[in-house]
Amino acid sequence: MFDFYFEIPHVIRLILQGLAVIMVIFPIAGACSMAERKVAAWIQDRPGPNRATVPWVAWIPFLGKFLQRLGVFHVMADGGKMMFKEDSLPGHVNKFYFVLAPIVAMIPALTTVVAVPFGAYFDAAGKLIPLGLAPLDIGMLAVFAVSSLGVYSAILAGWASNSKYPFLGSVRASAQLISYELSMTLAVLPVFLWVNAPGTEGTMGFARVVEFQSQPGFLGGMWFGFLMPISAFIFLVALFAETNRQPFDTVESESDLVGSFHTEYGAFKWGLFFVAEYSHMIVGSAVFMLLFGGGWNPLPWVSLATAVDILGTFLPFAHAPLFVGILSIAIFMGKVLAMIFFFMWVRWTLPRFRYDQVMKIGWQKLLPLSIANLLFYAIAIALIQK
Amino acid sequence: MAQFLFLLFAIFTVLCAVGVVVNKNAVNASICLILCLVGVAGLFVQLDAYLLAFVLLLVYAGAVAALFLFIVMLLDVQGKETFGLRGFRTIAGFVAFALLLAGIGSVALKGQIVSSPPVSLAGGAQLKLYAYQLFTTYLLPVQIIGFLLLISMLGVIVLSKKHEIAEDTK
Repeated sequence: MFDFYFEIPHVIRLILQGLAVIMVIFPIAGACSMAERKVAAWIQDRPGPNRATVPWVAWIPFLGKFLQRLGVFHVMADGGKMMFKEDSLPGHVNKFYFVLAPIVAMIPALTTVVAVPFGAYFDAAGKLIPLGLAPLDIGMLAVFAVSSLGVYSAILAGWASNSKYPFLGSVRASAQLISYELSMTLAVLPVFLWVNAPGTEGTMGFARVVEFQSQPGFLGGMWFGFLMPISAFIFLVALFAETNRQPFDTVESESDLVGSFHTEYGAFKWGLFFVAEYSHMIVGSAVFMLLFGGGWNPLPWVSLATAVDILGTFLPFAHAPLFVGILSIAIFMGKVLAMIFFFMWVRWTLPRFRYDQVMKIGWQKLLPLSIANLLFYAIAIALIQK
Repeated sequence: MAQFLFLLFAIFTVLCAVGVVVNKNAVNASICLILCLVGVAGLFVQLDAYLLAFVLLLVYAGAVAALFLFIVMLLDVQGKETFGLRGFRTIAGFVAFALLLAGIGSVALKGQIVSSPPVSLAGGAQLKLYAYQLFTTYLLPVQIIGFLLLISMLGVIVLSKKHEIAEDTK
């Protein structure tokens, strides 16, 4: 059925695959800004954005009204506004770096997706084949390495804006990102210690981590979030700090820094910063779900293979690779979106930390905790896997 | 294709490296340094040394160069003082250049790599091999480097503490 696809040259196929993934991530990142407003409205008990509509959709009896109330057309309205607004370039900025900064924000945010598998299927021999752009053996390192380049967008934007609030914001951004990267890296080490059991082929890839969480038995089917709750917690806190989300929102805290590094930006350049932030959130949530949330397994102790077998009792096509692939991607996307909802939920639950508190939490609480956690799991894993 | 990518990354890296030296604006120079590191990482990927490529990005491009850029911006260093080639600097420059040439020459002429490394290993197994080598054959160098880093860290703590005490006594 799809033979024609495999006759296309390899390079073009890779480009098409990359574009396909970006075409999913980019609109989701855009829609997240809408979801943010809607979730905020629900939590604060108000209707939220519910006005924009397209005439011919409004004519559909119930669905049109429902979609309007849900505010889905505000995504298009916002996008259109950002596109057609005057793209002003202030006179006092360093023009080259000012234009470069939003681009630098987008590139790492979208590049990290390469190393993240988002689904899986079983081949004829029953072997699990992960679906992803590049099945890298050092997936975790690749994500850390590329996402660490994201700090340059904040630094460059703040510096090129040539005014004091953006500069303060970029100073905070670089300090915060570098401080929390440490605890984040230390928090995932127990996972890879456990996954790289003696006698197995070593790897830092995500697919192996998910495979480890889908084994039979009590310990085998346990998601790492239950097995290593402290690691998961540290990773989650560091993730909030790395993506500049609310409790760690000191980088763009409107109350004391106006808008921080994007104060001087407007129109589509500002929109790119926004999309980059949400792309970071999506990739971060995906990594969290792969490491601690069972990846594409539907439930703890119920692996994808088991789920497919159960579905196979009443669905004749349940074992088809295409169906399994789509099912696993759907499960994984559902988890990632739930995680993004959690991000927004936290935003309206916890107040923002002061900047000195952020530094204190990072260096004096999270880092010692993650080192102690690593030591504990290193000893425990050595004893168990001896 | 591989040849083309290698040439692309090699030329990119060399141009950026030249940019680091030639640029008078310190911010431009740091950006060139970062791009140069990214280019070198690209070359490592071409050589199937994925681990090295990503560690280079993570440690140098992601953290060290970010701090460079950060300090440069904070202090607003503009190329006001021009460093001409005078006296001791000239000698030091020529000695460093001669050492570099000697290093490249020795590798090019003598060909240190006798047997090609086992590239047939899968990436994951290679990672494990790296780790095994670091903890067995290269244990002493790793320990020494760790000790050096510890010393520099202690040095930073001592220096910053001293500063604080001096301010207190004021």
